[in-house]
Amino acid sequence: MTVREVVEALSLRVVAGQSGLEQQITGGYASDLLSCVMAGAKTGNLWVTMQGHPNVVAVASLLDLAAVVVTEGSPIEPISLQRAEEKGIPLLTTEQGTFCTVAKLAQVGIHETR
Amino acid sequence: MDEGRENKMPSTSGITKIQELVYELKMKQVMTTPVITVSPETRMSELKEIMRTRRISGTPVLKGGQMVGIISIEDLIKALVEGRTDALVSERMTPEVLTVQAEESVIEAVKKFSESRVGRLPVLDDNGHLVGIITGVDITRGLLQAIGLEYHEDEIQRYRASHIFEDIASDDTSLLLRYKIPCQDFQRGGEASSKIRKTLYRMGGNPQTVRRVGIVAYEAEMNIIIHTTDGGEMVVEIQPNRVRIVATDHGPGIEDVDQALEPGFSTAPEWIRELGFGAGMGLLNISKFADEMHLESSPGVGTRLEILIWLNAHRKPPEVSKKAAQ
Repeated sequence: MTVREVVEALSLRVVAGQSGLEQQITGGYASDLLSCVMAGAKTGNLWVTMQGHPNVVAVASLLDLAAVVVTEGSPIEPISLQRAEEKGIPLLTTEQGTFCTVAKLAQVGIHETR
Repeated sequence: MDEGRENKMPSTSGITKIQELVYELKMKQVMTTPVITVSPETRMSELKEIMRTRRISGTPVLKGGQMVGIISIEDLIKALVEGRTDALVSERMTPEVLTVQAEESVIEAVKKFSESRVGRLPVLDDNGHLVGIITGVDITRGLLQAIGLEYHEDEIQRYRASHIFEDIASDDTSLLLRYKIPCQDFQRGGEASSKIRKTLYRMGGNPQTVRRVGIVAYEAEMNIIIHTTDGGEMVVEIQPNRVRIVATDHGPGIEDVDQALEPGFSTAPEWIRELGFGAGMGLLNISKFADEMHLESSPGVGTRLEILIWLNAHRKPPEVSKKAAQ
């Protein structure tokens, strides 16, 4: 499944990184603690978090993640948008919470990769 | 309409590169020039000969330097079927011509080709003068060339970087990269590790290994940003068989090194935790992804963290040593 397909299935808003929308998603990971993401997320994963901090983009880029979903309409700093745009990492937003978002992702067939 | 078409795009990462190029390439880079043209007074029988000998399937019609129409092989076939080879081009041409601009991106031609049934588009300059003609074949050829060029540049860069060790004659060559890490600068967090990662990729590093180096470098970098009072430095020494990262700072130092290595133990203040840092997993992550980790710290003096990662070698369980210098 591509990032674009997930965007459509979950009606997410693409706020940055349009150029990465055709990336294939290998699985999902959810956490707000960057170190946990560093340890747990796998290449090509979709990361669900409520952090809108620029380091979210740094972590996503270091791990070659497919995209980041920022939940609960959390504010995203302008610098995060700029970095995501530069690195081509789609930043997706939703008003829904992490739990609900992950549940929906599981429904469309995105699971945690072990 | 646009969305519908995009959905049909095959979803591979290769397509993204092409999509990008379609936007980057300009008409003038891919168009055919000079353009073969005919005048309105050309007979269809002459047009047939021009098309046959020049191997073209359509041509703009010019009168006194101005484009007044376009005539295609389809128009010619119709004329032939009707036995009207004596007719003038002006009688059989299409007077309304779809055109594109030389400075426009190729995507505009792609759009026009898919919206209309035309097979070629005359290219005009800023003054409306005919400067070229573009067909689907031109676009494909231009794209292939552009991809080839990029691929070639990539290869050259990779080649240069990856052969650095072979080109330098010494008993033991290593490449030293130094990064200054300011404290509390969360905006720039991850910059050094991102650069380290990029360098290793350029040198042809194995993606799995580069990813591990990226993770440990990031955690070490963030530790300096989060915890130090004056910032610190990261030195990355790259050798053909291993990467050594040494992160040093001058304070405040770690009170209890054993405790610092316990999962979840953190001294980070609340505001830092709210940013998603300081979960007490940093050092643990480093020890998990490194092949060797040596931590030395003395309160009030500073901390030295040395990390070793073997390149292109089989992974062994990590070796961790810690020392609280007094």
